[in-house]
Amino acid sequence: KMLDDSLEPGWLSEEVKTGTTIIAIEFDGGVVLGSDSRVSAGETVVNRVMNKLSLLHDKIYCALSGSAADAQTIAEMVNYQLDVHSIEVGEDPQVRSAATLVKNISYKYKEELSAHLIVAGWDKRGGGQVYVTLNGLLSRQPFAVGGSGSSYVYGFVDAEYRKAMSKEDCQQFVVNTLSLAMSRDGSSGGVAYLVTIDEKGAEEKCILGNELPTFYDQ
Amino acid sequence: MAAYMSAGRSENAFSTHDFVPEWAQEEVSTGTTIMAVEFDGGVVIGADSRTTTGAYIANRVTDKLTPIHDHIFCCRSGSAADTQAVADAVTYQLGFHSIELDEPPLVQTAANLFQQMCYRYREELMAGIIVAGWDKRRGGQVYTVPMGGMIVRQPVSVGGSGSSYIYGFMDSNYKPGMTKEECLHFCTQALALAMERDGSSGGVARLAAITEEGLERRVVLGHQLPKFSNT
Repeated sequence: KMLDDSLEPGWLSEEVKTGTTIIAIEFDGGVVLGSDSRVSAGETVVNRVMNKLSLLHDKIYCALSGSAADAQTIAEMVNYQLDVHSIEVGEDPQVRSAATLVKNISYKYKEELSAHLIVAGWDKRGGGQVYVTLNGLLSRQPFAVGGSGSSYVYGFVDAEYRKAMSKEDCQQFVVNTLSLAMSRDGSSGGVAYLVTIDEKGAEEKCILGNELPTFYDQ
Repeated sequence: MAAYMSAGRSENAFSTHDFVPEWAQEEVSTGTTIMAVEFDGGVVIGADSRTTTGAYIANRVTDKLTPIHDHIFCCRSGSAADTQAVADAVTYQLGFHSIELDEPPLVQTAANLFQQMCYRYREELMAGIIVAGWDKRRGGQVYTVPMGGMIVRQPVSVGGSGSSYIYGFMDSNYKPGMTKEECLHFCTQALALAMERDGSSGGVARLAAITEEGLERRVVLGHQLPKFSNT
């Protein structure tokens, strides 16, 4: 066939996915979240600089993966619900509350939705906390990885993770993991976004592609 | 990578699942982790030991490191039947070739024989093979022949369903110029990590070092494998 049947480019009819690498890790006094920045529709990269670390509250963020639309919608809904909740209780919400709200949506609509959010943040009751909400479960973990790129770095994170790492160690751990995953997973790439949350607040950082650590054969 | 799909079964009046357990209807797969590393003077190869039929572990002490010639081995992943058949055929061809040549065969020759067979029968086969060994011309070499039948020489290669999980570890921990012991340690760790995460890999870790002197085989039992606990 010489000409394409459709008058539109292929990627307009493909589902937009954040095939992704996301990671969150807690340290004593806070958390570090990290993500890549690639959004793909089929084989086309429709956004190469998307920030997948979404704010749920001042000191609670979530990392998005899976279907871009589903993930963003869940994050926006929970952001609204948390705003209302924090006004009702008169103080900053707990990370567990945010995670529970995400879990409730993920579980109730689990057949319709295809998104996985990792929720992480700091609150005064529990310090830094990371929660996974995959498929509608709720589980707290010292660290979590997700997205298509995470498969390639399970071995790396299992080997390199140590308990009681410092904030800077955690940031380096996140950056190394993202870099390795981005170099192996075709659906992950672009730049690395980092968010470090502690008692004082949330600090966002962007690391460009050429500033990421390189490993053998890169 | 062995993602296993069983062929559709026609519905009979007396369905086989009444008389025979489900796993006996599944094809036997070496859902696996295999790897090979070159070092100056030889290669180190490693594999897990699990063979599954569906969810049943048909063999928990499988040897997936198969000798093809005195100094040439292959690591098998994918369908157990396919890889055994191809390895047997290549062993025969290589043995014959070596007699004609009156010299030990080259690793590249063995690898190309695998590649030719895997490419010709690519539609029928499900075999991911890593060929590794030592010869006088080029020393230690690792050639990977994944499903589809391409061939490429790499200093370090991983394969099988469990390999996905250790790409990150391999990229960050492999350094060129490692010694034989360092390579053995690297392989043991990588296999342990993959066996921990991949349900189709497990059992013991089998390792072998191939050098000019010959072959040295090791087994690392389950309780001796390095532990990486993070919960």
